[in-house]
Amino acid sequence: MAYLLKGARVVDPQVALDGIMDVFIDGDRIAKVAPSIDAPDAEVIDLSGKCLVPGLVDMHVHLREPGYEHKSTIESETRAAVRGGMTGVCSMPNTDPVTDNGTVVSYVLSQAAAAGYCRVFPSGAMTKGLKGEVISEMGDMVAHGAVAFTDDGRGVQGAGMLRRCMDYGKMFGRVFMSHCQDEDLVGEGQINEGVVSTKRGLLGWPAEGEELQISRDIQIARLTGAKLHIQHISTARGLEMVREAKREGLPVTCEAAPHHLFLTEDAIDETFDTRFKVNPPLRTAEDAAALRAGLADGTVDAIVTDHAPHAAWEKSREFELAPFGMTGIECSLALVLTNLVRTGEIPLARMVELMSVNPRRILGVEAVSVAEGSLADLTVFDPELAWTVGEGGYESMADNCGFDGTPVIGRATDVFVGGRRVMADGCIR
Amino acid sequence: MAFDHKHLIDIREYSDSDIWKILETAKAFSAVNERAIKKVPTLKGKTIVNMFNEPSTRTRSSFELAEKRLSADSLNFGGSSTSTVKGESLIDTVMTLNSYKIDMVVVRDKHAGAPYIVSQHTPAGVIDAGDGKHGHPTQALLDLYTIWQHKGGFEGMKVGIVGDISHSRVVGSLAPALKIMGAEVFAIAPGTLIPPAPEVLGVDHVSNSLDDVLPELDVVYMLRIQRERLEGAPFPSLREYHNLFGLTRARERLMKPDAIVCHPGPINRGVEFDSYMADHPQRSVILDQVYAGICVRMAALYLLLGGSDNGLSA
Repeated sequence: MAYLLKGARVVDPQVALDGIMDVFIDGDRIAKVAPSIDAPDAEVIDLSGKCLVPGLVDMHVHLREPGYEHKSTIESETRAAVRGGMTGVCSMPNTDPVTDNGTVVSYVLSQAAAAGYCRVFPSGAMTKGLKGEVISEMGDMVAHGAVAFTDDGRGVQGAGMLRRCMDYGKMFGRVFMSHCQDEDLVGEGQINEGVVSTKRGLLGWPAEGEELQISRDIQIARLTGAKLHIQHISTARGLEMVREAKREGLPVTCEAAPHHLFLTEDAIDETFDTRFKVNPPLRTAEDAAALRAGLADGTVDAIVTDHAPHAAWEKSREFELAPFGMTGIECSLALVLTNLVRTGEIPLARMVELMSVNPRRILGVEAVSVAEGSLADLTVFDPELAWTVGEGGYESMADNCGFDGTPVIGRATDVFVGGRRVMADGCIR
Repeated sequence: MAFDHKHLIDIREYSDSDIWKILETAKAFSAVNERAIKKVPTLKGKTIVNMFNEPSTRTRSSFELAEKRLSADSLNFGGSSTSTVKGESLIDTVMTLNSYKIDMVVVRDKHAGAPYIVSQHTPAGVIDAGDGKHGHPTQALLDLYTIWQHKGGFEGMKVGIVGDISHSRVVGSLAPALKIMGAEVFAIAPGTLIPPAPEVLGVDHVSNSLDDVLPELDVVYMLRIQRERLEGAPFPSLREYHNLFGLTRARERLMKPDAIVCHPGPINRGVEFDSYMADHPQRSVILDQVYAGICVRMAALYLLLGGSDNGLSA
């Protein structure tokens, strides 16, 4: 199949491109990019008024399959990802059974291929069963297609254990992604420790409970030489540690999620809305501002959602009993466009780095650019389309989105994955 | 001034005049409790469910007596028979209760925010009878009633709360209620028992020294220490806690001559205070608090269920 995409504003900082261009897709690759292309045999798609960028990748997503199909499935969430403009996602290993061996990695990939929406780059557990005790079969997982290692949902509690994981696993050249949480300090913490935890009578989760492990993991990365990626960073001081590590030249990167960028602990009021129960917790306005500054100055490398579907009945209960996590993959692009790009906090090119270029680079998967010969993974969005998050429901099986009801401007309209048009003008094929 | 509350969950939604209305109504109901026949037909035909999802003897008994003395039909729902034990969600339990055509639910739960969830799923009124570490508004009201009866008012009153401030639902309601009424609130505890932001509860001063603060206080409010918890305990021993924060005969010399001593119960003799202070005939008002509990719960039930006069004439 050949497509001729006409008249979009093409933005790709990798090839210093920002202008109206035609893009010709032939098969799974881009055949040509030029101001005006003629391709008589191709299907012509008029994209005037729209933006075309290298396909977005959300490198932190919980697909829940295998094991938690009552929350969501690989099919439902890769479909939701496409609706949000994603061409690929990195799946987290806290499945049941845990994704800690090649068999489960294969299963995730086969389900994703059968669904046929976006690419899934599976991450595998750093330790068997996410228990933090024994190194998982990293070699087997890499052989079956795992791209990274993480015990996401928990931090590896022992410094010696983390060192063993890194010293062993670094031979595979993959990134180690850390969920930073000192369990002894955090205890049964429900929300950020401070004003709101005091008011609500909920046990607090101090910022230091995250920062201690960020600091430790950076030091273990220095010791082992392994590549470290700090997941869903939520505190200003934690970000400062990453900034310092980068200054030192260590191979350290980090990601931030829209809920930590655009929401604060103040969302948790006397209604005890469990959608705002996330891990790490929503922090203060100062933390959110620091993270946004980090997006602009290059300290934050990637925007991810930590998309965490839960069944309605699991979230509709007492705050302390509800599971952590919110969904967000269908609105992250819109939130970034609305709150960061339109406001001038970051240019569109920076958004492309944060949501496409850097996630691919960190995960070590094939780079995509809007250039001849590149894989045709492309995202098209209408930058002026005004809509409300959650209107008309979600593609995700879950609706625990903390941004539900938020007015936003900008939405993905077309998604190409390997040259296949999986979403056409807002309709998923 | 009109009393237009349907629920009693967040005491901060009540004005000082709302609280005065409850206290004055409680005073009127006190007369009923002093009679030989301790019953009025005020809430005849009203159905009240006491939904106690965690063990409670004193608060539940107090609500039950208040309901019976107002002639309401009451139903105890909870304990080991709770449907939550069988895996039912709180919301499903509430919807089941709704089918009984109830007028009021009194909710005790070990999880913060449970009464709010109940209020979102029932047409009945809801009273928070203690939720997690969050709030316990009728406890605050009975404490206010007791302080009012003994001290005559609240303006400028210095109230020191001693003990586990950070895990106390009592403080979650009492400290804001005291602020609403114009009192000055002191929190006295070791650092392990002080919440991260005590000021948002209404605490004006934090101290780690009972001896320093005691001379200023009009009301000394001792909180119960959970003696069962030792793992991860916030202090090294009950003995050391008692030495530093216990109200003892030796410390009485530091107190104002007319200062009173409160405790939400059940008390631990030898921990929060010695027997001399627990039983002090002039200072200890602990049993008056228990009595006040009946009166303010009668008042709250009556006002929330739409009563407009003092409730005695019905």
